[in-house]
Amino acid sequence: MNDFVQFLYEPLAQRSLWACGVIGFSNGFVSALVVLRRSSLQIGTLSCALLPGIALAILLFGLFQLSILAGAIIAGLLVGLGSLFVSRTSRLDQDTALSVLHTTAFALGYIILIGLGLQQKVDDWLFGNIMSMADTDLWIAYIIGAIAVLSITALQRPLIIALFDPRAAATMGIPTRLLNYGIFALIILVLVSSLQAVGAFLTLGLLVAPAATMYLLTDRASWLFWGGGLIGGLGAIAAFFLSYPLGWHLGATIIVVLGTLFLLAYIFSPKYGLLRGNQN
Amino acid sequence: MVSHTQEEHICWGGGHHHHTHHRLELRGVSAGYNTAEPVLQDISFAAECGSTLALIGPNGAGKSTLLNALAGLLPIWKGEILWNNAPLTAQRHEIAYLPQRSEVNWQFPITVRQLVEMGRYPALGVWRAPCRHDEEIVDKALHTLGLHDLQKRQIGALSGGQQQRCFLARALAQEAHILLLDEPFTGLDVPGSEALATLLRSLAEEGRLVIASHHDLVTATKIFDKALLLRRQLIAYGSAADVMTPDNLNQTFPGV
Repeated sequence: MNDFVQFLYEPLAQRSLWACGVIGFSNGFVSALVVLRRSSLQIGTLSCALLPGIALAILLFGLFQLSILAGAIIAGLLVGLGSLFVSRTSRLDQDTALSVLHTTAFALGYIILIGLGLQQKVDDWLFGNIMSMADTDLWIAYIIGAIAVLSITALQRPLIIALFDPRAAATMGIPTRLLNYGIFALIILVLVSSLQAVGAFLTLGLLVAPAATMYLLTDRASWLFWGGGLIGGLGAIAAFFLSYPLGWHLGATIIVVLGTLFLLAYIFSPKYGLLRGNQN
Repeated sequence: MVSHTQEEHICWGGGHHHHTHHRLELRGVSAGYNTAEPVLQDISFAAECGSTLALIGPNGAGKSTLLNALAGLLPIWKGEILWNNAPLTAQRHEIAYLPQRSEVNWQFPITVRQLVEMGRYPALGVWRAPCRHDEEIVDKALHTLGLHDLQKRQIGALSGGQQQRCFLARALAQEAHILLLDEPFTGLDVPGSEALATLLRSLAEEGRLVIASHHDLVTATKIFDKALLLRRQLIAYGSAADVMTPDNLNQTFPGV
C-alpha cells in the first residue's frame, strides 16, 4: 500500500489519473449518442478500423505525435467508404460484407505495423497504455473532451429530436444529415483518446457501457450525457485505484469496472432492473 | 412572441367551428428518388383547412412519397407546393409530421411531456429557453388529448392509442396547421380506430388540415371526408363518398 501512495506522488501517476478521468468522462458523455442512435455495431466496425487506419497514416505521413488522430480520421473514411462499397454491391447483406472487409483491413494493418518495427506501439494501440501518454496526449484528450461537452450541450435540443424522430426533426428544419456527420466526427475524436486509454479492442466498451448503464436508470435522454460522463469518468478513476494494488492491466480494469456498473444497474435499477418491484 | 400570430388561427378544444381560408395547393408536382422515372407524376389538387384527407392507393403508388414531398423531406422535381399562395418550404412550422408507429423507438428515454415539448422547437429554435407561454401551450396540448395525468410516464409505458395521442399532442404544441400522418390506423383495434377518427375530425374542425395515408378501403369513407386516389398519378380527388366508386377503385387497384 505504501508503494501505491508513493506512486501517487509521481507526476506519471498523476498524469495517468487525470487522463483516466478526462478520457472516461468524454467517452461516457459521447456514449449517449451511440446508445440513443442504437449504432453500437457501426461504432464497433469503426474501432476495428482504427488499427489499419493508423497503419495507413504512418505509411503516408510517418510516425509523429498526431499519427493516431490522422489514423482515426483515415479509419472513419475506411468505414464510410466500406459501407458505401457494400451498399453499392448489395448481393451480400451489410453485416457479412463489412465483417470480411474489416477483419481483412485489421489483419493488413497489423502486418504493416509489425513490418515497420512498431511491435511495442501496436501493443499499446491494441490494449491501451495510459502510462505511456505524453503531456501533449493529455492536452489532446482535454481538448477533445471540451469539444464533446460544449458541442453536445449547445446542440442538445435538436440532437435529441433528431435522434428520437429524424423525419419529424427534418420537417422542423433541423439539418439531420449535418448532425449525423457531426456525431460521426465527434465519435472519431473521442476514439482517438480512448484508443490510448483502453486500446482498439476495448474502445467500444468505453463508448457504449456508460450511457447503456444510464439508460437503465433514467427516463430523460438529457441525463444520459452527464450521467454517462460521470459514470465513465468515475469508473475510470476507480479502475486506476484498483489496478495498481491488484496488479491488473489498467485499460482492461476500466472496462471491467464499467461492465460491473452496467451489471449492477441491469439487476438493481429501481425502474428497469431485473429485481424491480412490479413486473408488468 | 412570434408564435402569437400563428396561434390566433387555431382554436383549442373549444369545439366550435372555425372557418379559415388556409389553403394547400399542389400544382403539377412530380417527385421521386434515385430512379429516372418519378414516383409521383403531375399531381395537382387543393385542400383547405377543416378537412381530413385520406391518401389511398396500392403499395408503391406514391402515398409515402407524397407525404414526404409535403413534409419537405423529399425535394420535388417539378411543380410547386403552395400554402396560402406562398411556397410551403418557406413555412415549415406549419407542418407537423407524425411517424408510423413501427418507426418509433418506444424505449427511448423520454417522457410524454418531453415528447410534446419537442413541438415547441420551431418556435424556440436551438437555444431559447421555453417561457411561460410555451409551457401553457404544452399543458393545453396535453389536456386537449387527455394526457395530462400521464405526462411523466415514459412513452413505452402507454397504450397504443395513448402513444398516438402523444404525437398528436406534439403536433398541437407545434401549432401547425397541416398534420401529416403515415398510416395512423395501422395496428389499432376497432375502438382505438374509432377514437382516433373522432379525434382527427375534431382537430380538423378546429381549423387544421389532416392528411393521412390509409390502406383500408372499407373504413376510409367513415373516417375521412376527402379522399385522393393515387397510383403514381392522381386517379380521383374529392369528397370521400363521391370518389370511392367501383370505377375509380378499379383504376387505382387494377386486378384486385
